[in-house]
Amino acid sequence: MNPRLTALVRGAAPLIAIAALAVLLLVVAPATLSSFRLNNLGKYICWAIAAVGIGLAWGRGGMLVMGQGVFFGLGGYAMAMHLKLEAAGPEGIPDFMTLYGNGTMPGFWEPFRSGAFTLVAILVLPAVAATILGWAIFKRRVKGAYFAILTQALAVVFATLLIATIQETGGFNGLNQFTSFFGYNLYDPVNKRMVYSIAAGLLIACLLVVWQLYRSRFGELLVATRDAEERVRFLGHDPANIKLVAFVVAAMMASVGGAMFAPIAGIISPSDVDATASIFLIAGVALGGRALLLGPALGALTVGYGRTTLSETFPTQWTYFLGLLFVVVILLLPRGVGDLPRTLRSALKRSTA
Amino acid sequence: MDAFTTPLLAGTATGALLLIAALGLTLTFGQMGVINMAHGEFLMIGAYTAFVTQQVVTNADVSILLALPLAFVVAGMFGLLLEVAVISWMYRRPLDTLLVTVGVSLVLQQLAKDIFGAQGDPVVGPSWLAGNIGVFGYNWPYRQMFTIVLALAALGGLAALLKYTPFGRQIRATVQNRDLAETMGVSTRVVDRITFFVGSGLAGVGGVAVSLIGGTNPNLGRGYIISAFLVVVAGGLGQLKGTVIAAFAVGIATAYFADWTSASMAQVATFALVVLFLQLRPQGLFTIRTRGLV
Amino acid sequence: MLKSRTRLATGTAFALAGALFLSACGGAKSGEEGAAGESCVDTSGDTVKLGFLNSTSGAMSISEQTVRDSLSLAMKEINADGGIMGKQIEAVVEDGASDPAIFAEKIEKLLTGDCVAAVFGGWTSASRKAMLPVVEANNGLLFYPVQYEGLEASENIYYTGATTNQQIIPAMDFLASEGTKTLFLAGSDYVFPRTANKIIKQYAAELGIEIVGEEYVPLDDDDWTTQVAKIVKAKPDFVFNTINGSSNVGFIKAYYEQGLGADTSPIISVSIAEEEAPAMGHSVTGQYAAWNYFQSVDTPTNAAFIKAFQDEYGASRPTSDPMEAAYTSLYLYKAIVEKAESFDVDDVNAASDGVSFDAPEGTVTIDGENHHIAKTALIGKINDDNQFDVVWSSETPIEPDPFLEGYSWWDPTAE
Repeated sequence: MNPRLTALVRGAAPLIAIAALAVLLLVVAPATLSSFRLNNLGKYICWAIAAVGIGLAWGRGGMLVMGQGVFFGLGGYAMAMHLKLEAAGPEGIPDFMTLYGNGTMPGFWEPFRSGAFTLVAILVLPAVAATILGWAIFKRRVKGAYFAILTQALAVVFATLLIATIQETGGFNGLNQFTSFFGYNLYDPVNKRMVYSIAAGLLIACLLVVWQLYRSRFGELLVATRDAEERVRFLGHDPANIKLVAFVVAAMMASVGGAMFAPIAGIISPSDVDATASIFLIAGVALGGRALLLGPALGALTVGYGRTTLSETFPTQWTYFLGLLFVVVILLLPRGVGDLPRTLRSALKRSTA
Repeated sequence: MDAFTTPLLAGTATGALLLIAALGLTLTFGQMGVINMAHGEFLMIGAYTAFVTQQVVTNADVSILLALPLAFVVAGMFGLLLEVAVISWMYRRPLDTLLVTVGVSLVLQQLAKDIFGAQGDPVVGPSWLAGNIGVFGYNWPYRQMFTIVLALAALGGLAALLKYTPFGRQIRATVQNRDLAETMGVSTRVVDRITFFVGSGLAGVGGVAVSLIGGTNPNLGRGYIISAFLVVVAGGLGQLKGTVIAAFAVGIATAYFADWTSASMAQVATFALVVLFLQLRPQGLFTIRTRGLV
Repeated sequence: MLKSRTRLATGTAFALAGALFLSACGGAKSGEEGAAGESCVDTSGDTVKLGFLNSTSGAMSISEQTVRDSLSLAMKEINADGGIMGKQIEAVVEDGASDPAIFAEKIEKLLTGDCVAAVFGGWTSASRKAMLPVVEANNGLLFYPVQYEGLEASENIYYTGATTNQQIIPAMDFLASEGTKTLFLAGSDYVFPRTANKIIKQYAAELGIEIVGEEYVPLDDDDWTTQVAKIVKAKPDFVFNTINGSSNVGFIKAYYEQGLGADTSPIISVSIAEEEAPAMGHSVTGQYAAWNYFQSVDTPTNAAFIKAFQDEYGASRPTSDPMEAAYTSLYLYKAIVEKAESFDVDDVNAASDGVSFDAPEGTVTIDGENHHIAKTALIGKINDDNQFDVVWSSETPIEPDPFLEGYSWWDPTAE
């Protein structure tokens, strides 16, 4: 074959894979799945969106982000606050504020009446939070395990804070009882499918973003920083800035995933964003292949599906599966299942050589 | 006066628990660069050892004393098993070890749930720990004093082990320069295993103390492990004196915050404090200068 | 050359994304009209499907398993007795996994996938709040068996546990009758304690009882030492305990450890029952609890219930309030359906008012208006056998008033 053609095909392969996933999620799934199963798939897609960001930060950037639930939560709660206010009507306040509080709405809720503000906040809130946190951590060259532990502690603290601020955030119960999504009745199956399609579209969009990032100069610098931070520094780049960008993009993706999770699941509560939920997000990334383009998303979809199916058949055994998944995959297949073909091929090559 | 003494004394007891939990962490972290996220489950194993011991020896006065060495051995054996079966295969992959131990921690929690049930199994405190002593308006429970004594004993024992025994010298040599120690004839693999046993065993002893506070449940370790990690991070890795200061500082600070605000807000405030502290001293309170560690 | 190809590829990619978006939004056009799906419940055969949704895994599993057990017992009895309207009950069981989002997911599966006629279960308020919009959207039925914080009444939920005016308020009446002047509030940092304490504080002001402290600790936190030290300092006549689950053990231990006791500052609890009392790590003899049912209640129906339960699950198993409420809920459902002569939700709702059942706790009657049931309030004092001696009773069933409309001191918008 013409070598230029081969190169072109190889270059286009990721795009073809993304397109295939798009067809699967946007055309095949809605046509074949019941409304209940489609809604479940929508939830997995939200986790997959966050997983794509984790792939960027952890797989390519070497930053083990163990607190992505926080950013998932920022987006999820921002969206849920808007939906809650939409359900309360203009002038109205969310029901729980009268139940648990004194019936006045905290000031920070007010701007979320505006849909436009909410959409902006879903992107800006996590970006600002991640920038401040990342700045404080990376500039002081805190990395590796320290970074991982701090992010997990952050997730614990975030969930505690939500539970403790019951009058402002609904506490342990979280936010639910949404009625409409930007004017569309959320209990209408047609609109449910629309919300699902938006989530699936966003997943594809996020995949395209990381695909572009991975082929860019930035993507190469990020991998270089992961593998040899000091050398990157000696070459005149500031690794802190490179890591910061990846961390912020990952945070924004988690936030987008959370924002779609709220209308699809119909609820967002501290248990969806705490340390355990954050670890759950990582599980899919590890399974699928952290440094691959599609690995994190496919892994997250698989783990999400596994959670539903296994918990329906073996309610108590599900935790064992999740725990053993970490042990087996990371111990034996650190690059993930998605990388299995290449691992096998190189093993074969070594044995024949 | 009591507004001052109550958090101070109660916080010292919490700090003592954090210290016992953090000792094992800082030891394995400093020596092997291993972050063991299942360390909290060793506390839980220690607590359940206390519970099971009490089912066999129903006299609470005796059973706690029996449980202390038993918990050390049981939790230590679990630690050893973890080291041999999993961690020893992945040295030089610290972040991966961290994640694998997250998996182990999930499995251990579920195992405890299946064996003992999800809700608290209560360990009855011994009569010689029932009661309290009035200190400026705070009825300081004997149980809290016992925790502090236990932590100091664990610390003293560990320090003596490191300082005066040949094995301690081997540990210190391994921490400071693994390759050099190996060329001098130290079997670092054996040293690693024993260190892991001791570190996990100490957590088991801590678990006995935790079992006296509330109900023994499968998630018991989770409540302490994050704070213990913050202690290790703030204290500086592999450093006993940093760990000691950080443990009591975190314990006491949390108690004061809890007194002024609420238990939930205290967690938030303590975390903020540690992050701020790391801005001033990113490597923690004390650092050892070595070539072997990143 | 390479540059331009990159740009081309990027352009294609984003165009593709854009197109996907448009197609996604296009699906919404036919949106506005059309409500939730029609009911798929099929009762034409000789069985009726009911859903039992309880957590059999996770932190709540021990408590919720007891509810599952008594639901199974009631089902067995009803089936042996000919079923509901001659139809045998076929239970579809699901695990809520102690997670509100899973409860929401599973009840949707039960209602739309399994097409059950009614669902029985839920324990935490979080799980009920999560199920509420789903059961309303699908016009299903949920029977919820646990005492809760009130201020709710859904057309699609029947509440067979107590609301606040059947548990919290009678408990305050009891405290007043004991001459209580000062009260300390200790609770988990959670919806029920927060709401209960809001009501308690307002009623205390009415009764002239002074609140001398209010402390909350996160649900999964066991260390109550610092908070109990405040109780020691405040020396209240009573402590009102709204702590949930295993955190109670830490509270009780710290309480006795610092020299408190039933003779100095007794505790009145709303979540310690027969099951929990022996598992506190310290004897709690002499402390109080407010419920609507105790195992010690002396009625023939209760004796039969206890016997049936212990025959089924073992003589050492105690019976408690939520178990009794769950058992009662299935019998109440049977009674309503047989009165309505239909399993249809709207027919059931139309027939429910005034339906009563001779339950182990005494006769209970449904209020068709708010879907709660009239219950008798009891205060029990824990004896050496960890059973409750009834020391106070409202004598007659109290009409449910979830929104406390009949209480002039109640101001929902006050702090």
